[in-house]
Amino acid sequence: MKPRQYVNGWATIALFSLLFIVPFIFIFLMSVKSVEQASRLDFSWPQDWHFWANFVEVIQTRNYMLVLAYFNSTVITVGAVSLLVILGAMVGYVLQRRPSGWNKLIYAGLLAGLIVPPAVVPTIWVLQGLGLFKTLHGMILIQVAYGLAFSVLLFRSFIGTIPGDLDEAAMIDGATPWQIFFRVILPLLKPVTVTLIVVQSVFIFNDFTNPLYYLPGKDNITVQLTLFNFQSQFQSQYNLLFMNILLVTIPPLVVFIFFNRQIVAGMTAGGVKG
Amino acid sequence: MAHGRPSPYPYWFVAPAAVIFLTLFMMPTGASFWFALTRWDLYTADFIGLDNFRQFFKEPQLLNGLVNTVIYAVLTSVSKSVIGLLLAVLLTSGLYAQGFLRTVVFFPVLVSTIGIGLTFFQLMHPTKGAINLALEAIGLSKVGWLTTPWLALYSVALIDLWKGVGLATLIYIAGLASISPDYYEAARIDGATRVQQFWRITVPLVRPATVTVVTLSLIGGLRSFDIIWATTRGGPGFSSDVLASVIYKQYQAGFYGLSTAGNVILFLLIAAIVLPLTAWMNRREVDL
Repeated sequence: MKPRQYVNGWATIALFSLLFIVPFIFIFLMSVKSVEQASRLDFSWPQDWHFWANFVEVIQTRNYMLVLAYFNSTVITVGAVSLLVILGAMVGYVLQRRPSGWNKLIYAGLLAGLIVPPAVVPTIWVLQGLGLFKTLHGMILIQVAYGLAFSVLLFRSFIGTIPGDLDEAAMIDGATPWQIFFRVILPLLKPVTVTLIVVQSVFIFNDFTNPLYYLPGKDNITVQLTLFNFQSQFQSQYNLLFMNILLVTIPPLVVFIFFNRQIVAGMTAGGVKG
Repeated sequence: MAHGRPSPYPYWFVAPAAVIFLTLFMMPTGASFWFALTRWDLYTADFIGLDNFRQFFKEPQLLNGLVNTVIYAVLTSVSKSVIGLLLAVLLTSGLYAQGFLRTVVFFPVLVSTIGIGLTFFQLMHPTKGAINLALEAIGLSKVGWLTTPWLALYSVALIDLWKGVGLATLIYIAGLASISPDYYEAARIDGATRVQQFWRITVPLVRPATVTVVTLSLIGGLRSFDIIWATTRGGPGFSSDVLASVIYKQYQAGFYGLSTAGNVILFLLIAAIVLPLTAWMNRREVDL
């Protein structure tokens, strides 16, 4: 490497770090400060470290609301992602393997699922009619409905790489369609399944708008909504607000560290979602 | 396949997904076209024709939301694709610590939008914010990023760019990887400069990635809600309202028909912008 390149490289690293890392350092520093120091909002080193005290106080706020929120967000994320994997793979499988006149219509529906903004109030009306409004399982089904198009398209393109001879052989051996799918096809989908799980988990965990509309009420609070509700409560306690932001930022960070490769694959695969 | 034998790919595999998708996505979308024409309280809907739409185009603050939506979407989409492409070129040029830098640029994409919004809300604080203190330190004057009516929307777009440019960069890096190095080799032999190579080789051949980035960020920009809600809530006044925040505000105020009309307008706007644009950009491609 030439010296000039070396210097340019370090200059770029410094600039990028300043632009993209400094806000995260700011979050961390704010979250460990005392109330008085945090209220100055400046970019300073903490005079004393209140990490643990702030952590405990945020957790205990409003009768352990954050714990409940983590529980709810986890239930929604796990439930919705499981359904998205199973149902998405089943549709992608049939869509890829069985050409028919319906496929065009289905693709049009999927395309609509990717670009059309959900009609919120009519959705609330439907949810109310079905008794699903303000319920966790209603929220799970909503996330499934909104994430299905991405899931189906991702699975469909991957299933295209699995030879149809496999299904044929299993069928000749007397396997039912159900067995062919769950015993033969689904295990082969592991790489794309991991990608889908990781990408959709981050997306659903971070979702703010849908729980805001479809899951009001403090028993149904989700992690992103706590942040918003605490904003008024922590008006003068910025250290606690930022501790909450820090706690919300950690799950995607952990996922990112372990599944970097899958995330990149999922985000660039046809780039179907942002 | 033998006659009379059931297909190994039965249609009932599609059924559960279809029921969920049709009930919770398609049906409300279809119903929105009716409810947009009514005065509605979730129980009774009185048909009032196009009054909701008339109101939308007559009231300055609602119309302002519509105009802002277009400005915001075009701004974020153009800036994400331009800066995303430049970053991608930079991050594939064999720079020192390239992998680390890609990670750094991409990470904000995965972080909670609300968390980012609230953080920048403090960083952009008019008197105490770190950004203004930095400006002051280098001799510039403080800026009311989120408190100046004409500026607020652009400040939010800037935050959106910061958070979202990593995805554009990632898609462009994948696009650049598919360009054969032979083209650059040949161009170098013919004496083309770096700038010429960028305009004559990179830009045309990375086009599929451009289509993806522009389409994705346009759709995202037109639907954008949480970042605006976390920073300005459409304010000061109504200066940074967009369609999505108008829809939420009208919903909160109990004007369900008007809110749904906003939804229909957003739907038509997205269809009117995105469909012709992708058709035009995809002219030479047959891929899905």
